[in-house]
Amino acid sequence: MSVVDRQEWDVVVVGAGGAGLRAAIEARERGARTAVICKSLFGKAHTVMAEGGIAAAMANANEHDNWQVHFRDTMRGGKFLNQWRMAELHAQEAPQRVWELETWGALFDRTKDGRISQRNFGGHEYPRLAHVGDRTGLELIRTLQQKIVSLQQEDKKETGDYESRLKVFQECTVTRILKDGSRVSGVFAYERETGRFFVLEAPSVVIATGGIGKSFKVTSNSWEYTGDGHALALLAGAPLLNMEFVQFHPTGMVWPPSVKGILVTESVRGDGGVLRNSDGKRFMFDYVPDVFKEKYAESEEEGDRWYEDPDNNRRPPELLPRDEVARAINSEVKAGRGSPHGGVFLDVSTRMPAEVIRRRLPSMYHQFKELADVDITAEAMEVGPTCHYVMGGIAVDSDSAAARGVPGLFAAGEVAGGMHGSNRLGGNSLSDLLVFGRRAGWHAAEYATGLTDSRPPVDEVQVDTAAAEALRPFSAEGPAPGEDDGRPPENPYTLHQELQQTMNDLVGIIRREGEMEQALEKLADLRVRARRAGVEGHRQFNPGWHLALDLRNMLLVSECVARAALERTESRGGHTREDHPTMERNWRNINLLCRLTDPTGGLAATDPVRGQIDLTRETTEPIRADLLALFEKEELVKYLSEEELYE
Amino acid sequence: MSSYEARFKVWRGDVEGGGLEDFEVEVNDGEVVLDIIHRLQATQAPDLAVRWNCKAGKCGSCSAEINGRPRLMCMTRMSVFTREETITVTPLRAFPVVRDLVTDVGFNYTKAREVPAFVPPEGVGPGEYRMFQEDVDRSQEFRKCIECFLCQDTCHVVRDHEENKSAFAGPRFLMRVAELDMHPLDAAAESGLDRKKTAQDEHGLGYCNITKCCTEVCPEGIHITDNALIPLKERAVDRKYDPLVWLGSKIMRRPSGG
Amino acid sequence: MATGTEPHLNSGGVRTGTRAAIDAPHLRTDRWWLAPAATAAGLLAFIVYSTWRAFANADYYSAPYVSPFYSPCLAENCKNMPSGPNADVFGSWWGISPAIIILIFPLGFRLTCYYYRKAYYRGFWASPPACAVAEPHKKYSGETRFPLILQNIHRYFFYAAIVVAGILTYDTVLSFRDTDENWGHMGLGTLVFLVNITLIWAYTISCHSCRHIVGGKLKHFSKHPVRYKAWQFVGKLNARHMLLAWASLVSVALADFYVYLLASGAFDDPRFF
Repeated sequence: MSVVDRQEWDVVVVGAGGAGLRAAIEARERGARTAVICKSLFGKAHTVMAEGGIAAAMANANEHDNWQVHFRDTMRGGKFLNQWRMAELHAQEAPQRVWELETWGALFDRTKDGRISQRNFGGHEYPRLAHVGDRTGLELIRTLQQKIVSLQQEDKKETGDYESRLKVFQECTVTRILKDGSRVSGVFAYERETGRFFVLEAPSVVIATGGIGKSFKVTSNSWEYTGDGHALALLAGAPLLNMEFVQFHPTGMVWPPSVKGILVTESVRGDGGVLRNSDGKRFMFDYVPDVFKEKYAESEEEGDRWYEDPDNNRRPPELLPRDEVARAINSEVKAGRGSPHGGVFLDVSTRMPAEVIRRRLPSMYHQFKELADVDITAEAMEVGPTCHYVMGGIAVDSDSAAARGVPGLFAAGEVAGGMHGSNRLGGNSLSDLLVFGRRAGWHAAEYATGLTDSRPPVDEVQVDTAAAEALRPFSAEGPAPGEDDGRPPENPYTLHQELQQTMNDLVGIIRREGEMEQALEKLADLRVRARRAGVEGHRQFNPGWHLALDLRNMLLVSECVARAALERTESRGGHTREDHPTMERNWRNINLLCRLTDPTGGLAATDPVRGQIDLTRETTEPIRADLLALFEKEELVKYLSEEELYE
Repeated sequence: MSSYEARFKVWRGDVEGGGLEDFEVEVNDGEVVLDIIHRLQATQAPDLAVRWNCKAGKCGSCSAEINGRPRLMCMTRMSVFTREETITVTPLRAFPVVRDLVTDVGFNYTKAREVPAFVPPEGVGPGEYRMFQEDVDRSQEFRKCIECFLCQDTCHVVRDHEENKSAFAGPRFLMRVAELDMHPLDAAAESGLDRKKTAQDEHGLGYCNITKCCTEVCPEGIHITDNALIPLKERAVDRKYDPLVWLGSKIMRRPSGG
Repeated sequence: MATGTEPHLNSGGVRTGTRAAIDAPHLRTDRWWLAPAATAAGLLAFIVYSTWRAFANADYYSAPYVSPFYSPCLAENCKNMPSGPNADVFGSWWGISPAIIILIFPLGFRLTCYYYRKAYYRGFWASPPACAVAEPHKKYSGETRFPLILQNIHRYFFYAAIVVAGILTYDTVLSFRDTDENWGHMGLGTLVFLVNITLIWAYTISCHSCRHIVGGKLKHFSKHPVRYKAWQFVGKLNARHMLLAWASLVSVALADFYVYLLASGAFDDPRFF
């Protein structure tokens, strides 16, 4: 059965979003033969959904901006849980990464003097987001895609073959990372179109698969976001970091039901949109937390003046970090001051002329007009929180993006943890993709080309096991050995819906101990049932089969989220505990790491109580002194424990 | 909130053959065609193949033909049809079928590779690019393209004439040529590449008879014909059919205008 | 596998063997044929009317109005139009209607116009009849070969059309006279001419070639602010090119018909002052 097609590459990049493509470009430019594998068509990755912009301290709009200010904003946004070295690298390198895009053909909106225009966004002290209207993600992905094509054109000229050094395997899914001892030896994948299995042998694998949003019911994420990379890393023996931090974007559409969760960009607020409850009150003024009190306006008048004169006024609280706004909306709705469909009102119609709205927010105008019959130039939008981003992810080395404990494994983008701490600022994701995508590609190439001994061989047995695992949904009809007989196979779509409902209701935006315990039980039950998920039809482009395979990943990741969330008895950033509502300074330097219980990567352990995940605590490295010195003492007191402060 | 049973015909099959299959399926308020296809998957046809991603009209994956018109399934609301109507959904008919609603869109990726990439200007480093909004406006419109390939699908040059596929890049990639030719800092001309000429000689601009179907189906509302294809044709005229320019270029070999 | 499996027809186009096996040339359920049919009908009506009028060689002048079909009038057999747009360039050998000499220019302009091309490719040649409706032709080479490659000379017809529009403007100025060539008068005909010449200019200026020439060909608008403004203005008109094409087609026919009514004595021009 192990007659599967094999190819040799130096670097395999899993995922073709911003981070994956940037990694591939870097690896190829550093001389490594690079393959990219993605579940969708080339150029369709979830990065296209990013709307607002790329945060980079280029100081085009405000000359006071620099990397230190950007670093500070990022740490504040993440409530100081960020892997500080990542935040530092990110703030320092983001401008270079943006400018580089221009040399590849990107066309950002311009300032009057011809430089890249930058816009305001939540949590950023200065206008910092390079943007193209509200379709920045599309520009990013298209630019990277076209850069890849241009590299392929160069290779064609030299070698006669477009794909001799850089190839995109589109509509393929990786189900396992193959290993030789502790080292990476390649990946096992299948082609969605034909269902054919294949193996790419490579000493370096970069995981850049994005997030986990499809485990939640209300989400802005696309079907691809099933936590594949998180699960692949776990199964390969790499730990996941701080998985409890899931960002709920404050403004997703709430009506009609079929579009519930679709994102309403933060630029709506950055450009002047305000949030109101059913009484017509701008309620965000009541929700400014103590740590942010000095930075935000206290009256509507001051907030409104800020758009014109940001140097002498404080910003309106609508532009607080996302976690704060999401929680505030949640509270308003709970208190019965919500909109008819269970959200709140986001209004630009009374704030800007219709013409300006259509020019500055064209895709939002389009989206509401087409999908909800709402003309945002004439009436308010209804919005509510939607699962948007996971801050947690594969634990990586800050400088090299190497995953811990698995030589040859790298991770970048949303799938990597640490960079954003407990909460990500808008605009920092696209810059994250570029900065760490490049670093991952660079170090993956260096690792692959620098191997002194022979390349790690691919183990036949692992290939056979992976193939058997992937085919199991087709033979799930009958009773498995040692299980009850006579029951029909489970419908993967039903299982998926139940999982989404569970995560949404029990491990959602506001969390309670009892509910999370309940969630873990439900997950255990789903795990048992998922082993019996069966599919009809054959292997050619069979979405039922694909979903059955993705379920494994979603269940693994969901368990990580639930376990970590249960463990962290405080509220911080994207993790809010009703039973522990305050941020605890003692938790500031604690990371929670998830590992697979079975170190061999097996998934036999389905004991509901123990589950498949082991959780460990780890104390983080202290923040470097010169970086700490960038903050005022009074501010640090709010976050850091006594010992940390006086060390 | 009201729901009703709608009648659907969905093409199922593969390259060996296939046909329209009848379904009756529940439709709720505010739903789009893609929701209904998903409901079919979840309840009646778990192996119904369909491509989709963002479900918000931003990625351009769920292109299909609905009642014979090329459209994005995620942006086609059920409310545009009457309740009595039978709604027919087929795969794109200009490309080889893979399975059910999924087609092989490789043609487009092949054509994308044939358009020479952006040529960065020499001596201008990262961070030194200066471009003015009025100079980037035109190309920015074309960069709104989500590559749903509906324009490629509807264009009769290749839809109705398979044999033209080798010679014709299609509206999407002619627009890409226009985008680069209008890019304020593209240095193709300096490097000896005349995009105006190659548009006609290598990408088949002459096949376009400006019947505007590409513009009609574009879900992003890009004025492909008026703003990209016709200006490109006019630019090709400058190069190839304007006797004065032709004479001038013979005598002085001057670079592109402006 | 689906029920009711259809075999492949493999007869080309949408029925190419590798494509989804669907026999129907299209599955559109709307009235897609309406637009091409209306276009064809409209164009045909104009062709019939203008052919009759162009070859009639009669009833094209009624002081102070000259039919736009016969202006400028360039043969010896032209009617005498005092200070009018007639010049005996062709002499006496030209035996047929003098309209033919001049109509070739506006005809060429409209024939190669990007809008009319769309209209008649769809309406008369069904290439394609409508979007996603299979066209009936086996082969297609578009505008890559003779004769259609000649569509590329549109801009030279545009230059000619400017001259023609200039002359028609002159005719309109002349229409501010009375029947005895005294200035400072106006009749209903003057109004008809004014509307017509406005539409003719708007259509001519909104031409895609014009848009290219005034600014579209530039790479950097920022270096040519005046041409940029001009390009933006033409662009606004250009967005209505189809509307202007039809409006000016109708208005020119109406202007001619008005002159015909006067010249044939069927109607008297109401004079305003």
